[in-house]
Amino acid sequence: MLEQRPAPSRFWSLASPVLALALTVLIGMVLFAALGKDPVRGLQVFFWEPIKSAYALSELMVKATPLLIIALGLAVCFRSNVWNIGAEGQYVIGAVLAGGVALLADKDSSRWIVLAILLAGIAGGMAWAGLTAFLRDRFNANEILVSLMLVYVAEQLLNYMVFGPWKDPAGYNFPQTKTFEAVTQIPRLMTGSRVSIGLLLALLGVAGLWVFLFRTRAGFAQQVGGLAPAAARYAGFSSRKALWTALLASGAAAGLAGALEVAGPIGQLTPYVPAGYGFAAIIVAFVGRLHPVGMVFSAVLMSMFYIGGELAQSRLGLPKSLTGVFQGLLLFTLLACDTLVAYRVRFVRAPATVAPVVKEAH
Amino acid sequence: MSIPRLELEHITKRYPAVVANSDVSLVVQPGETHAVLGENGAGKSTLMKIIYGAVKPDAGSVRWDGQPVAIRNPHEARALGISMVFQHFSLFDTLTVAENVWLGLGKTASLAQVTRDIEAKAAEYGLDVNPSRHVHTLSVGEMQRVEIIRALLTNPRLLILDEPTSVLTPQAVEKLFAVLKQLAAQGCSILYISHKLHEIRELCTRCTVMRGGKVTGDCDPRQETNASLSRMMIGAEPPALAHRDSQPGGMALRVKDLRLPSLDQFGVALDGVSLEVRAGEVVGIAGVSGNGQQELLQSLSGEDRRAAPSSIELFGQAAGAMGPAHRRHLGLHFVPEERLGRGAVPTLSLADNLMLTRTESVGRSGWIDTGALKRQAQDIIARFKVRASGPEAPAQSLSGGNLQKYIVGREIDARPKLLIVSQPTWGVDVGAAAQIRAELLALRNAGCAVLVVSEELEELFDISDRLYVMAKGRLSPSMPRAQADVSRIGEWMSGLWDRESAHA
Repeated sequence: MLEQRPAPSRFWSLASPVLALALTVLIGMVLFAALGKDPVRGLQVFFWEPIKSAYALSELMVKATPLLIIALGLAVCFRSNVWNIGAEGQYVIGAVLAGGVALLADKDSSRWIVLAILLAGIAGGMAWAGLTAFLRDRFNANEILVSLMLVYVAEQLLNYMVFGPWKDPAGYNFPQTKTFEAVTQIPRLMTGSRVSIGLLLALLGVAGLWVFLFRTRAGFAQQVGGLAPAAARYAGFSSRKALWTALLASGAAAGLAGALEVAGPIGQLTPYVPAGYGFAAIIVAFVGRLHPVGMVFSAVLMSMFYIGGELAQSRLGLPKSLTGVFQGLLLFTLLACDTLVAYRVRFVRAPATVAPVVKEAH
Repeated sequence: MSIPRLELEHITKRYPAVVANSDVSLVVQPGETHAVLGENGAGKSTLMKIIYGAVKPDAGSVRWDGQPVAIRNPHEARALGISMVFQHFSLFDTLTVAENVWLGLGKTASLAQVTRDIEAKAAEYGLDVNPSRHVHTLSVGEMQRVEIIRALLTNPRLLILDEPTSVLTPQAVEKLFAVLKQLAAQGCSILYISHKLHEIRELCTRCTVMRGGKVTGDCDPRQETNASLSRMMIGAEPPALAHRDSQPGGMALRVKDLRLPSLDQFGVALDGVSLEVRAGEVVGIAGVSGNGQQELLQSLSGEDRRAAPSSIELFGQAAGAMGPAHRRHLGLHFVPEERLGRGAVPTLSLADNLMLTRTESVGRSGWIDTGALKRQAQDIIARFKVRASGPEAPAQSLSGGNLQKYIVGREIDARPKLLIVSQPTWGVDVGAAAQIRAELLALRNAGCAVLVVSEELEELFDISDRLYVMAKGRLSPSMPRAQADVSRIGEWMSGLWDRESAHA
């Protein structure tokens, strides 16, 4: 039977993600076996190949960076009880605006255009999230639905740009922009790897978020609204300010991630810019306990699933949707394991009771 | 002697953090009105839930009419003839009285039949209830009558009442007691849970006293004094309060004809509330809760900012539109009645919870000095004798009384010029309550203006210099404590002060 703990267990709040991962691996093995593949080989593809060489590791970082950046922003939202589900849309708009700036560059542009690209991405993400904040604030529209539906609007906007005005005239009518000038490329950290300064920005974000959440009164006020709205009202912390801060911060983060992607690994705008990072980051945020440091680990883990899914496709001939299956499994087992944080399992024998002597009331 | 109606032998129930009942034994005779007396947290409610089948004991046995029984759920309890009226009503606001009762009975009879039954029971016991009224139009006292009728319709042989008078005016209490005495005379046993000594001495013929999960006394309350019962209940007599006359100073708070429509359909609209609180006096607001106290306090604290700016004056400034932080800056501190979730964030530490209303440990740039914050929390814990594992303890890990001491301490420690406290001792044990009252008086003597909203009349008589009564969103004229007595206040609680002031 489950018995409530007197206080949430510290041990299990750390052990639960680990147990969830173990369960995910276990279910994954069953899954591989059921698909007629060697489970050990499957695990190898998912969990060993992505870390076995320096190059593989750097690719892991390339994918972890946007996940981490978006998740940092989402953590601010979720901690203040603002349910921004549309980071994907903010990511796309950030990418579109950043792409627009990148398209302005020519051979003679200064290196500083990269800064303009990143700022454009941030502005785009903020504007898109700001729409949700405005509708929520002004008309009390549900931010979950609004932000989610704006994802599809954002994707259509991207499609319009790449099928229409921004289509590469020399691109054989493919729906894509021309490849951005080399000068717009986000500076890389080292040669031979695709890891860019985005990783540094993400780690800076981790430190910044930690300070904001745990060392500033503004961060405290931001979170009280999520933990106990009545206490926030009592203290006089503005719920509107918290709403706008949360959405603008997460919009900025998602937009930045979008800019880093299009001006980094992708190098042009295509209909395939939305890769689901905005949704995967939700899982990253929760698996990382909405804690800046925890999210570093979960971002790497999710990135591993992305790469593992691609490898499973090429090496094992399995569908790519396996990535989604693993991501979902992880979130699901984590939610289940979290029960142990607040409850403990106690094994009890069914008590040997005497059948009650029930007399009819008269 | 006849066979006891109910016998509990060596009942023990452990929860993870606490032993709620330890080796508790209790005997209830037929037709006996048996009090279970104890402070909050003494284990009374757990014991009643065990009898009612809502909680399973870890050890011990239950006998009913001499037969051993294991009551597995409330349904079986009702089949035995045990009925319970809970402290918090379980009625659907949007249904009528008859529909509510009908739902609770399990649909064996038709609605029309149930309506006739309600009328018959109501007439038999002089309980005035109209079965076709909707529950949301009833007063709290009337809702309780509905609960009692619902319990009586099962023809109980044991009726359990959990703190039934906490929501009633003194006049309604008298009516309730008449009904209970009639029931007992007909042979129904009654278990009456309370911490109000005078009620138990008036009503009950037997009394089991509990402290810390154990039985500490078994007596005939009619033979005891308040002091002797209190000794059994808390192990000591509460210290008497030293009270000296007040010397009211400058105006701290003036409310002029405050009118506010209610925010939701079950709220209460404020209808021309006027009141004054001066420095160096304690002003009490009496009344059964749900008569506009919540709404008034929200607009005084700044959580509700709809009031006309000039209708609330703080130290001479029009404050109706100011937010809570602004008012706090002027010297107004407020202790709300909900501790968890409003007065404190349940999952955050005591130290972090300081930052809801205190900014001493926050630098100009908004940077938190965590060391200073912890020291500040530790000081409050020590000064107000809060039982907690330390400044890092989450607010939800404290008992209600200890958390209340911490929150009251947090606000008193801020040296307010005006302190507003709602239900200062709700759910607080007698010792802590005495301490909180003494702190409030000390604050008054230091020249602070204090406004106390409470349901406990005795508490208000203890500490107030002047009293207002709130009823149906209106506030009575103020009355000096010397002129206040229970029956007059009780009448005012029903909103009947106009008549009196008309020919005064």
